[in-house]
Amino acid sequence: MLLLLLQGLNGLQLGILLFLVAAGLTLVFGVMDFINLAHGVQYMLGAYLAAFFASLTGSFWLALLFALPSALAFGLLLEWLVFRHLYDRDHLSQVLATFGVILFLNEGVKALWGSAPLQVPMPALLSGGFEIMPGLQYPIYRIAILGAGLATAGLLWLVVERTKVGMLVRAGATNAPMVAALGVDIRRLFMGVFGFGAMLAGFAGVMAAPILSVEPGMGDNLLILAFVVIVIGGIGSIRGAFLAALMVGLIETLGKSLMPDLMRLFMDPSSARQTGAALASMLIYIAMAAILAVRPAGLFPVRAA
Amino acid sequence: MRRDLPAIAFLLLLAMAPFIGFGEGHQLTLLARSMIFGIGAVSLALLVGGAGLASLGHAAMLGFGAYAVVVLDDAGITSMAIVLPVAMLAAAGFALLTGVIAIRTSGVHFIMITLAFGQMAYFTAASLSAYGGDDGYTLYGRTEVFGTRLLENRLAFHYVCLGALTFTWGLCRLLLASRFGRVLRAARENELRVQAVGFSPYPYRLVAYVIAGALGGLAGVLLANSAEFIAPSYLSWQRSGELLFMVILGGLGGLHGAMIGALVFMGLEEWLPHLLGEHWRLVFGPLLILSVLFLRGGLVGLPASLRGIGRG
Amino acid sequence: MAEPLLELRDLQKSFGGLRVTDGVSLDVVPGEIHAVIGPNGAGKTTLINEITGRLLLDAGRVIFGGEDVTHLSMAARARRGLARSFQITSILPGFSVLENAALAVQARHGSSFRFCRPVAGEAALNGPALAALEAVGLGTRAALPAGSLSHGEKRQLELAIALATEPRLLLLDEPLAGAGPEETTRLIEILLRLKQQYAILLIEHDMQAVFALADRVSVLVYGRLIATGTVAEIRADAAVRAAYLGEDELA
Repeated sequence: MLLLLLQGLNGLQLGILLFLVAAGLTLVFGVMDFINLAHGVQYMLGAYLAAFFASLTGSFWLALLFALPSALAFGLLLEWLVFRHLYDRDHLSQVLATFGVILFLNEGVKALWGSAPLQVPMPALLSGGFEIMPGLQYPIYRIAILGAGLATAGLLWLVVERTKVGMLVRAGATNAPMVAALGVDIRRLFMGVFGFGAMLAGFAGVMAAPILSVEPGMGDNLLILAFVVIVIGGIGSIRGAFLAALMVGLIETLGKSLMPDLMRLFMDPSSARQTGAALASMLIYIAMAAILAVRPAGLFPVRAA
Repeated sequence: MRRDLPAIAFLLLLAMAPFIGFGEGHQLTLLARSMIFGIGAVSLALLVGGAGLASLGHAAMLGFGAYAVVVLDDAGITSMAIVLPVAMLAAAGFALLTGVIAIRTSGVHFIMITLAFGQMAYFTAASLSAYGGDDGYTLYGRTEVFGTRLLENRLAFHYVCLGALTFTWGLCRLLLASRFGRVLRAARENELRVQAVGFSPYPYRLVAYVIAGALGGLAGVLLANSAEFIAPSYLSWQRSGELLFMVILGGLGGLHGAMIGALVFMGLEEWLPHLLGEHWRLVFGPLLILSVLFLRGGLVGLPASLRGIGRG
Repeated sequence: MAEPLLELRDLQKSFGGLRVTDGVSLDVVPGEIHAVIGPNGAGKTTLINEITGRLLLDAGRVIFGGEDVTHLSMAARARRGLARSFQITSILPGFSVLENAALAVQARHGSSFRFCRPVAGEAALNGPALAALEAVGLGTRAALPAGSLSHGEKRQLELAIALATEPRLLLLDEPLAGAGPEETTRLIEILLRLKQQYAILLIEHDMQAVFALADRVSVLVYGRLIATGTVAEIRADAAVRAAYLGEDELA
């Protein structure tokens, strides 16, 4: 039971990180009809920037302060260099060109920082545990991630639902030509959304840096999970991304811890561990396939099909 | 027919390659790998160019073929007469199971759902600890053909791969020119029109997906034999991306584009590290981006676009 | 009167709160052209989409050749002999003109799960396809890429594709849309010839054409049928004049 609670918290925390990455992805796709495989490396970049600035300044907080604008700037640079030339191309070209960006950046961090994982020290203020119930400690830092992620999600919701820019973004996700026809500078809106999405992914990377190892390719697996999230949630929908991210985070984490035990009911321990682990890795894809089989456009489709 | 000439010329060149300066061991190995990925790429081109289905999970089909070799090898079965059909059926079966769901979607959803199914296969392979799990599985002998170790001979293996590539190209070419292929191509151009004259595209696409899967399985069998080692990384989504890139790099103007794309891709992958050292991908990545941005018709479209520039 | 070939019974369809088809009932008997006219936004194309199965109905039944096809897919209805042309030209631009029509023939002749024989030379498909092209005056254009045709020729190809499916009923959605005066004359001639062979449900804006072609006319306004009758009856109908014709067309 305790284990379940802990794993549940871990799942939520993975879900929050996923949401921060998926939010940018779904906005970029929803507004610009642009499929960006390189979004995962922006998360990786956030983590590397955090590691870099942390080693430079010795402070997590300063690293956070510097990493965010750097991630933003890098996103804008990529948009200017590569992505904006792909908006009017088909999805296949976008997939391939952004695949090239992944190859380049994964190799780039390897060339700059080596392939060995980097460590980012946990901020002193947030280290240590927190007693969530008698006898049960949970790391404060992980709770801080949950809090910061939720706050960001809330902020994002406010911006998208309650501001003029947010209205344009939502309108763009539903009908981009119409927004352009209204005289909005669609190019600047695109850049803004793009940079913002890159920064969110970078933020997720910074936050994950102290608890995960910072290494080349760390964004790739998260990217795939983020794709699953936005497909389940309905492409372009922030609300869908949020719910789907929490769902995927929980399924992934709980599955990994519970599946082997569950399998033990049916088979001997060693094959249970093996089958359980395989099934756990597959669970979210099974969930996605099941959801798409019933609702081909995801849970909260934005565009009328 | 005239439009088949480039493909036939390409295959003939490959047939002569061992005798016109590409007969050394490592060259033959590279050519064999290029042809194997060429089979994968041509079968993917049947989907992308023929049916308009851009799958980002095709490496899983090759993986099924390769792991069939591994599983049977572990069970002591090494006869090609058993291995090949089992491998192709396994890949086709996986394609059928996943295609039933994936083909219901289209566009980006299709790209992503095939990606997800590919990942499923990847994680499955990684969890098969009986076959090495993450670390992979080493084959100590190649699959036997009629009880002989024919495939161990480099030159023989070259021609087996060439035969398989020719078969794959010929089959896909035939399919696209048939009644079946016409429905596929028409549905890619204008799905609504095809429905309005009385076709439901779904079963045609599904059959194409399964055939492409089986051919991917064929490539997988050869891949396992060529590398004599199989690891889950052969099923990773990056591999699928590479296959897709071979198809697009070569160009969709004909199935031979995929073969040429595979050869050029494998050549670059071999040659760039020699030239640039460890971090060759720093050049490879941007090359990929540039080719997407500027090489719109792929390599096979290059002559036409050059003529266009010349005229302009 | 003969047994109706197509019968619509009380069709209902809403998009959100908007009723786009509101209790439409009409029929088409063999050998007639039944025209549906109405102002823009009356729901004419929607009606065609409901009959062909591109849109699902909220309520009501579509009966074709005595069979209830309300729940059949678009492809299944087409195979039963419901052929349509699109208001916005919908052809296969990368295919040759002949292949466009041959694909339609193929839908009615034998299985298309044939994998080996090259289809381009199949006389059993190309013969009827060429006949359909000739019926609309495109016989000499057969070898060209369909994308290279003029606008009027593409409208003709739309018709040829519909004919090549060997339909029992043609649903023509503004076949004259965007055609110049000369092309219009030619298309009307073609339609008059087709009338000898097929029952036609015609949606058209061009009143001259409708009055020249139609046996019966139904008037659709805001998703409702306000009148059905012969050309003369419709011209004389006060409600129709008020709702629609009075504007400018009946000069």
